[in-house]
Amino acid sequence: MWQGIQELVFGRLTPSDFVHDPIMAGAGIGMVGALVLAMIALTYFKKWKWLWKTWITSLDPKKIGVMYLIVSVIMLLRGLADALLLRTQQAAGGSVEVLNADHFQQIFSAHGTIMIFFVAMGIIFGIFNLIIPQQIGARDVAFPFLNSVSFWLFAAGMILINAPLVVGEFSAAGWLAYPPLSGLEYSPGVGVDYWIWSLQIAGIGSLLSGINFFVTIIKMRAPGMTLMKMPIFIWSALGSTSLIMFAFPILTATLGMLALDRLLGMHFFTSDMGGNPMLYINLIWAWGHPEVYILVLPAFGIFSEVVATFSGKKLFGYKSMVIALAAITFLSFTVWLHHFFTMGAGADVNTFFGIMTMVIAIPTGVKVFNWIFTMYRGRVRFTTPMLWFMGFIVTFTLGGLAGVAMSVPAADFQFHNSLFLVAHFHTMIVGGVLFGAFAGFSYWFPKFTGFTLNEKLGKIAFWLWIVGFLLAFVPLYILGFMGATRRLDSYDPSLGWQGLFIVAGVGVMIIAAGVGFQLLQIVVSIIQRKKNRVGEDPWDGRTLEWSTATPPAEYVYAVIPTVTERDAFWESKKNKHHKVAAPVYEDIWLPKNSGAGAIIGLLAMVFGAAIIWHMFWLVIISFIGIVVTLIIRLTNDDTEVKLPAAEVAAHELKRGTV
Amino acid sequence: MRKDKYRFLLRVGQVLLSIFVTLLIIGVLIFVTQGRDIPVLDTHGLIADQEKNLILVVFALGFFIVIPVFILLFSIAWRYRAGNTKAKYQPEFESHRGLEALWWGIPCLFIVVLAIITAVSTHALDPYKPIDSKVEPVKIQVIALEWKWLFIYPDEEVATVNYINIPKDTPINFTITSDAPMNSFWVPALAGQVYAMSGMSTKLHFMANSAGTFNGVSANISGDGYAGMTFKVNSMEQADYDAWVKKSETSPQYLTEAMYQKLEQPSKNEAQATYVLNDFDLYNKVIMKYMSSEGNASTGELKAAL
Repeated sequence: MWQGIQELVFGRLTPSDFVHDPIMAGAGIGMVGALVLAMIALTYFKKWKWLWKTWITSLDPKKIGVMYLIVSVIMLLRGLADALLLRTQQAAGGSVEVLNADHFQQIFSAHGTIMIFFVAMGIIFGIFNLIIPQQIGARDVAFPFLNSVSFWLFAAGMILINAPLVVGEFSAAGWLAYPPLSGLEYSPGVGVDYWIWSLQIAGIGSLLSGINFFVTIIKMRAPGMTLMKMPIFIWSALGSTSLIMFAFPILTATLGMLALDRLLGMHFFTSDMGGNPMLYINLIWAWGHPEVYILVLPAFGIFSEVVATFSGKKLFGYKSMVIALAAITFLSFTVWLHHFFTMGAGADVNTFFGIMTMVIAIPTGVKVFNWIFTMYRGRVRFTTPMLWFMGFIVTFTLGGLAGVAMSVPAADFQFHNSLFLVAHFHTMIVGGVLFGAFAGFSYWFPKFTGFTLNEKLGKIAFWLWIVGFLLAFVPLYILGFMGATRRLDSYDPSLGWQGLFIVAGVGVMIIAAGVGFQLLQIVVSIIQRKKNRVGEDPWDGRTLEWSTATPPAEYVYAVIPTVTERDAFWESKKNKHHKVAAPVYEDIWLPKNSGAGAIIGLLAMVFGAAIIWHMFWLVIISFIGIVVTLIIRLTNDDTEVKLPAAEVAAHELKRGTV
Repeated sequence: MRKDKYRFLLRVGQVLLSIFVTLLIIGVLIFVTQGRDIPVLDTHGLIADQEKNLILVVFALGFFIVIPVFILLFSIAWRYRAGNTKAKYQPEFESHRGLEALWWGIPCLFIVVLAIITAVSTHALDPYKPIDSKVEPVKIQVIALEWKWLFIYPDEEVATVNYINIPKDTPINFTITSDAPMNSFWVPALAGQVYAMSGMSTKLHFMANSAGTFNGVSANISGDGYAGMTFKVNSMEQADYDAWVKKSETSPQYLTEAMYQKLEQPSKNEAQATYVLNDFDLYNKVIMKYMSSEGNASTGELKAAL
């Protein structure tokens, strides 16, 4: 009787679920401790109201963008700590147990999932929020409230994926949780459910955000900015967001079916009763391959902006670049099978998908040549963003070569699931997406703060990253040739792999030092902000975001600019002898703050936790809560506040005299 | 003047440091790699040999593209650095039809060549394709279990756990299934891998061309004991193989249904074992147990081929 009530209230949650081994408990206590400390600090400095008013309820994309970046940086540290633990176990010699097999498997599953969903995706959306509206000459995104909901769903997913450090366990089935291993039969615990629901919630946030930015780009560009006059970063974002709109529904459906298998004992992906795990593997990669391009296309865009600006020259081959972006966007949906050439499909099928995969190398190669020729007959300033660009070309070309080698099915039979593969995709995602994000970060940082980042520390961080990166991943390529598979918590010491794993481990430590220098760089730059103070256009920029105030006003543009050419700001600087008519200010309508987004995020988190632990009463209540909050918010018509023209004028006058 | 000298020394220091770091990295990598077994490149089987050649050809082709890219990247970046005011500055130079045609064209050509190589090699090295040989092949049925490999020799009427003995220069025909989560059957020195999936039967063929012991692994995570799912492939002379078969036929252990149920239980780092085959239909039974009457009517082999 008593047990029945307990099960009804707490589902499968029992006190023993809070007991963890020392490493996990340490991480859990650390995370909760940091949270408690932050709360105490907020209370002590009486900052709760400030936090609520200026951040949590804000619908300003610039604020939301910063929050995305903060979450991503914290998650990057978590993912990096995971990587260090994994390499420690493997460098320990193969038969020594620092982590037991189950814990090791939980960590690599968490590492992959967190790095893709909560670091890479978070960074991309952060940059979208900060840059897209400004670069297209808009004040805001198309749906400001939806933007807030997206962010808080992302944050809810982030909290859920870290919760296993405190209560329960995480999935041990790898970052894509192939069934039948992830099915009820082989993974009866809460681990896979944590994985499903944190991704499901964050994934819906990503989908909504993708729609939001797609509409923003299509509908809100400044007058005169035709598609072929858009900055190339906007093109890359357009490609990325259209991929999100087509790919993420597949993820949602796939996770939904896996959840039904696990919750209701259905048989979509089981081996028996007519279920078919191969269906899952096809579906997850039909999302998973485009996902790679969702991440890397914006990085391509950032590098295009960076290389043009710091070469003081127009981007070479703009039309080629647009065609190449469009081609990659389309082709990314035609190659998913290359993730499982080894599943026994016939030679004809494998040949088709192998060749489609190689074809992607054509537009990508074109982009590389265009980037290099953007520097040709330019004046190249080797600032930190340019160093990241150079590093990117080198790593991306080498990683691309490894990728082309794996696109040949018969060669892939020897590379698949080996550490060669692991090295390849890390080369692409770290060298592409992360380096792109770092380049973008130091490039756009002064726009939002008014001072540049410390160059010296930035360059040290870059060199540590490059050296650490080579040390961490070149050994993995070699280990792949030695027949080392991925995800090994132990191996026969007589194979002689330990030396290479130690080198790889040292590489990860050097990368960690690089990250340390990046954090130091931010701190030092903030302390020295007076010394590094710059104006509105520190790099001699080309696109519209450099024409706004630094830091940008909440409304960004007092007067919406009219675009006549590509590189609109560069052209306007060139033609500045033309008399500019005195601006005519108008009333500006800005979205009012709303706490509904944060409340929906909180309820979604509760919903996720409840469904993971089978507390079905709470599932129902939180779901109703979400619907009610939405109804209340959506029936409220008083969502905007007017900024009178006089106030805008006063603000702009101040900007002119500073 | 003094500042120039200081900067010059700094630059020299930087160059020396980077050369030193580069040499150090290369030295360390050579040190930890030398003398190790590299089965993907040091191959001992007909199929793996061809796969190795394919890999080397693709890399050689790739370097034809990569090296010019690096040369272009660094020479252009150096030539047009902001400090070099002698270099031409043309901020409006934004497209050149000839150049762009060149780098749409060259990758296209490269991919056409690679596509032909792909089409030919994918068909030639299709793991389902039997090896052309006058020697009668040996059939082996593979069942991936939690966390060990069970090998059944239906013709020799023996079964083994975590090792296979094969005669050299003889084609080996594998049919592979799983009674566990998905695994991948991989012997890098002899041939590339194929998945092992429950309720399905995949195929792989290889032929060792020298005697020796080669490592086999599961290349796909399948749970707690996955890392220990290794096995040995002993390639030997026909006479030795025949002797082994003869000896195995008198093994005291029988692979009965009861024994299979024992083997089926999850266990880690299982020792090698040899059995006399008792249940000749075991492999099919393992597949068919996932094909319940309410389930999909199509056969496992068909599903895997799709």
